[in-house]
Amino acid sequence: MISFKNVTKKYGDSVAVNNLTVDLESGETVVLIGPSGCGKTTTLRMINRLIEPTEGSIYVNETDISKINPVELRRNMGYVIQQIGLFPHMNIAQNVGLVPYLKDWDESKRKQRVEELLNFVGMSPSKFYHRYPNELSGGQQQRIGVARALAADPEIILMDEPFGALDPITRATLQDELLQMQDKLGKTIVFVTHDMDEALKLADKIAIMKDGEVLQFDSPENILRNPSNEFVEDFIGKDRLLKRPEYIKVKDIMIKEPVTIRPERTLTQALEKMRLHKVDSLMVVDESGNFIGIATSNDVLENFGNGGTVIEITRKEFNHVTEDANVNQVLSIMAQGQVGYVPVIDDDKRLLGLVTRSSLVNVLGKS
Amino acid sequence: MQLLNYVQNNMSNIIRLTIEHLQITGISIITAIAIGVPLGIIVTRYKRLANSILATANIFQTIPSIAFFGLLIPFLGIGKETAILVLFLYALLPIIKNTYTGINEVSPSMIDAGRGMGMTNFQILRMVELPQSLAVIMAGVRIATVINIGSATIAAYIGAGGLGELIFKGIQMYRNDMILVGAVLAALLAVIADKLLGYVELKLTPKGTK
Repeated sequence: MISFKNVTKKYGDSVAVNNLTVDLESGETVVLIGPSGCGKTTTLRMINRLIEPTEGSIYVNETDISKINPVELRRNMGYVIQQIGLFPHMNIAQNVGLVPYLKDWDESKRKQRVEELLNFVGMSPSKFYHRYPNELSGGQQQRIGVARALAADPEIILMDEPFGALDPITRATLQDELLQMQDKLGKTIVFVTHDMDEALKLADKIAIMKDGEVLQFDSPENILRNPSNEFVEDFIGKDRLLKRPEYIKVKDIMIKEPVTIRPERTLTQALEKMRLHKVDSLMVVDESGNFIGIATSNDVLENFGNGGTVIEITRKEFNHVTEDANVNQVLSIMAQGQVGYVPVIDDDKRLLGLVTRSSLVNVLGKS
Repeated sequence: MQLLNYVQNNMSNIIRLTIEHLQITGISIITAIAIGVPLGIIVTRYKRLANSILATANIFQTIPSIAFFGLLIPFLGIGKETAILVLFLYALLPIIKNTYTGINEVSPSMIDAGRGMGMTNFQILRMVELPQSLAVIMAGVRIATVINIGSATIAAYIGAGGLGELIFKGIQMYRNDMILVGAVLAALLAVIADKLLGYVELKLTPKGTK
């Protein structure tokens, strides 16, 4: 865990980072984002002591890093910067094996580690081992940059706009690879970017910074759902929430009081209720509010002359969702089942609401 | 004809003077590298020193060589040592200046990457800054060498020997053959030295930055 305790960094009179107190959990990807000059890079660089705080302390796993030799500290953290960070005069093997070299690993162990890492980032050692950075594409170079940061298997990896200089397609590929890598390795990653889409894609937690302060530090989902103030809202972009159906929850859009009917009611009563509420189906619910199924107008009309009760024509095989499901899931259920509505049910089978096509259109249409 | 005869009859003397010429320039250049490169590095670390050191080296460069020899004779007398000292001072500026420029031009992000990965200051110098500024430093050495091979001919005037001796004697004795041999050999030495250093530079340049 990386803890900032009242950390301030001043350059003369200007404050780059102002009284920052934040805990970055182990194994999480934390993205620092904000407009230029907001202090995000300064914050990152204080973690490996490339910049020393003016006040306050930073702890890594409860050890005050100002007590650790900076050279040692850095050798135990990965560091990735924009693609120019590879040394052009060293070949790929030398670049990747640099930290192990600095740490005095013996040559065979180094070679083995380099080959392992090249395989890990999907670049065959036999082809790339002796190449030089200028013979590689931008995307390949940055893969090497990531491999280099992993070389000594550090617990913490610092990434300062690593994909900033890449074209959008390569950037997206590398972001995906980083996510996959993170699934396997579970490193603590601190990632600086100014690209909100990148942040939303990669982050477990996002810290939105402005003028040296963290305005909001939360999961991407919570930031999208509850921006703490207007700046955050503007910075995220007001339309982004609506563009991303996976962040819209069922409970926010469902009809909370759908028209219901008891199973023992007659079909006449059912038809009357439909007419009254101008709906074409009814939620069949027992007296304690448990969901049983759905009665549609078609089924009611077809069986109308038989004089039966609602339970006989209730469709019980019905896909349903919980209130924490997102709109994407609802959309796919609707598409698969060719249905226009999905009931929302809690763990005790109680009916909470209903999502219909028109309630979806209302929400998605706003964007 | 006369020229060939002269060369044939004075072979051993010509060879001796050529070797002497190489010695004077060689010693002065090697000393200049040994002192100039570290000075250039120090100057990048203490930028406040940069202007005064570069200005001092600049002054040596602007003094005409013959005047420079003249200035030092009262203190050091005539002979090889004085010549070597003057040539050393001449070579200093291009070497310091190019070392300074070369290292200063190494991209800050390279140094940042090195530091961020846990290199010590010395490792940054050895593994990042020097390899990446090698071409510029070598260019300085080449300039200094070529200039010195030329200036060393004048050193014969103060009794340092070398190919200049043939030229000066030739002028005094109206002997075109002697002048030609001295001048052509000096020019040839300069060209060969330049090519040779160019080759060394190529060999030293890491593959990835060619």
